[in-house]
Amino acid sequence: MFYQESGQFSTRYRQDGRALRLWQQRAALWALLLLAFGLLPVIGNDYWFSAILIPFLVLSLAGLGLNLLTGYAGQLSLGSAAFMAVGAFASYKLQFLLPGLPLLLSFVAGGVVAAAVGVVFGLPSLRIKGFYLLVSTLAAQFFVEWLLTKFAWFSNGNESGVITAPPLLVAGHDFGSPAGRYLLTLSVVLPLFVLAANLVRSSLGRNWMAVRDMDTAAAVIGIPILRTKLLAFAISSFILGVAGSLWAFTYLGTVEPHGFDLSRSFQVLFIIILGGMGSILGNFLGAAFIVLLPIVLSILSGSLLSGVLPAGQLENLQKIIFGVLIILFLIKEPDGLARLWQGWRARARLWPLRF
Amino acid sequence: MKNHLHTLKGAVVLALGLAAASATAQAGGEQYFPLQSYRVGPYAAGGTGFFGGFIDYLQYVNLKEGGVNGVKLTWSECETEYVVEKGVECYERLKKGLNGAPAAATNPLSVGIAYATLERSTADKLPLITINHGRTDSTDGSVFPYVFPLQLNPYSEVSAIINYIGQKSGGLSKLKGKKIAVLYHGSPYGKETNPILELLSKKYGFQLVSLEVPHPGNEQQSQWLTIRQQKPDWVILRGWGVMNPVALKTAQKTGYPADHIIGNIWSNSEEDAAPAGAAAKGFISITTHPSGTQFPVLQGIKKTVLDAGKGNLADAKRFGTVYYNLGVVNGILNVEAVRLAQARFGKKPLTGEQVRWGFEHLHFDDKRLKEVGALGLLQPLQLSCADHEGGGAVRFQQWDGQQWKVISPWVQADRKLLRPIIEDSSHKYAKEKGITPRDCSKES
Repeated sequence: MFYQESGQFSTRYRQDGRALRLWQQRAALWALLLLAFGLLPVIGNDYWFSAILIPFLVLSLAGLGLNLLTGYAGQLSLGSAAFMAVGAFASYKLQFLLPGLPLLLSFVAGGVVAAAVGVVFGLPSLRIKGFYLLVSTLAAQFFVEWLLTKFAWFSNGNESGVITAPPLLVAGHDFGSPAGRYLLTLSVVLPLFVLAANLVRSSLGRNWMAVRDMDTAAAVIGIPILRTKLLAFAISSFILGVAGSLWAFTYLGTVEPHGFDLSRSFQVLFIIILGGMGSILGNFLGAAFIVLLPIVLSILSGSLLSGVLPAGQLENLQKIIFGVLIILFLIKEPDGLARLWQGWRARARLWPLRF
Repeated sequence: MKNHLHTLKGAVVLALGLAAASATAQAGGEQYFPLQSYRVGPYAAGGTGFFGGFIDYLQYVNLKEGGVNGVKLTWSECETEYVVEKGVECYERLKKGLNGAPAAATNPLSVGIAYATLERSTADKLPLITINHGRTDSTDGSVFPYVFPLQLNPYSEVSAIINYIGQKSGGLSKLKGKKIAVLYHGSPYGKETNPILELLSKKYGFQLVSLEVPHPGNEQQSQWLTIRQQKPDWVILRGWGVMNPVALKTAQKTGYPADHIIGNIWSNSEEDAAPAGAAAKGFISITTHPSGTQFPVLQGIKKTVLDAGKGNLADAKRFGTVYYNLGVVNGILNVEAVRLAQARFGKKPLTGEQVRWGFEHLHFDDKRLKEVGALGLLQPLQLSCADHEGGGAVRFQQWDGQQWKVISPWVQADRKLLRPIIEDSSHKYAKEKGITPRDCSKES
């Protein structure tokens, strides 16, 4: 009833190219933005900023990075955490090599270095596919972690390989408080999402999807496979690199190479599998699921079951519930949370009528 | 119907009244300890022992003395699995206190979590206790006002080991020409002390052989073959978890005597030695607290807490083991800090800032140690504004195949030598972060 497209016509070419065609969608987006920038910083508390919102945003961004590569361009990767690590350590190192480098620029620079590394590890994708490519990106994962641990140069001579965030100053403003770190993260994450949402609808995005669906056919109709795949690796790694810098600087404030280990890569992969491959919104949904569900389970079990079971068993029980929920969910909706969302949207168009 | 309504109303009023009463009773007199514990995952053995001992000690203070000066101690747990992000989430969840009881200090027992919450806890004015581990330069309290690597920081650890080897060889001057190998875990923790060992080797003229064992450390054949070729006089084992028993077993296979291997502070528990079986017999390690149940405080805990069925350990046999006793020692230090702070700020629940004052004024001499029943369990300790470590001494223990036997008195680290290095590092940190160090001469 409220969500109808009837009567909304595109009268100009520009309008036809919009990402959100319906005014209801645009209104919802503006309301969300108002909530995120205006209301949340006022009503949120330290716990929400530091433990929920910031990791949620950073992991959404990491999910987006991998989704461009895997969900849109069809190249499987298990090296996400490695590219995040490259981004984090590169922005840290560049802050010292070029004193006075603005913080936001160092995020970008970290992303650029990660993109370069991504291209190098993306080269095998021209010859190998699927699971074999997965193994070669796995090499990136182990190599980067080893390199950053082995050579103290990357962590500025810190023998134990730990880096800490510089003061979070942007144009003279200190974003060091929890609310400030949240706003900073949001302001970096959002433009990248806008960029990506437009990118996947551009000719490059369409090339990616053509390569994903059948790269031989794509080559036959004249899509340059080499360029398309390498651009996917570069852009995906750029976004992962920025996510890594945010993880180190605005979320944790300190990080060691081991913080970007294989399990982080798996975490990012689960985000896009649960959220939805080849979907922009799915990254947010998947990240929310991965970040929130364990916390909800832990708080619930802490308040409901504490005293009934020993603390150690309670933890294992949570893991079991989490695993069961994921399995059930993937059986019920193999295409991820974004697909569920699409289903609800289709129903909303007809509501209150039934299908 | 009216009657029913009346009863219902009465019940609601009663319930509200009770809730209000209990809320005020709690807020009135409790001091809270947020526990970022880990009871599952690869390091569960350490976590369950440490937090078991810590909780049992808090319970003991509650049951025996009714809390600290009448202020009951309370706590709640949040599982970290030793994972940094989970530790941060737990920190943020628990830092505000519980039912109005303010938090006294956080004790994560994890290097990674300690690093990640270091700046947060400083901003939140909540002491961060990293007993026997943590960031070495946080010993300098003028730059790190809220961080306390109590008893022993990593630099003191290796310095004390070298001093012990010196004693065994008949004086530090005899170290010249000796060969010492260090077998370290390939992680930030493992590498932390390498620069200090190099410095000490230059100072005393011994030859240092550094060998890295990649994580997790279940394959050490080539490292021990190198040790066999090089024939070092001593091997320092800087291990963690599964790496320790594997090192002992491989040493036996390659014919290196276990009684010339010295384990560091995270290679010193029953869980490190026992799995190696006969190969561990004779293995030496350092400890800041002997295992055993003979100390009065442990006897007290056994009588008041364990025998009353209120103990925290799932496996009662672990009572008095190294990790458990470390938890008890940690409890003694935390409670003493609260006690000292109460003497200054009043006998009520205190804020983290006030408890920090207590930590900075911790002072344990033999008399006080006797009073709390921990003579021989805890080393004499004095903290100050500038010195957040306080002790820097270890004892050496040897595994007899069944249990640890203490074989040395307290061996002191060369803290005078280490202090300038620590200050260099802390001042570098202060400069990076734009911190102006406190003037410790003005602190009371």
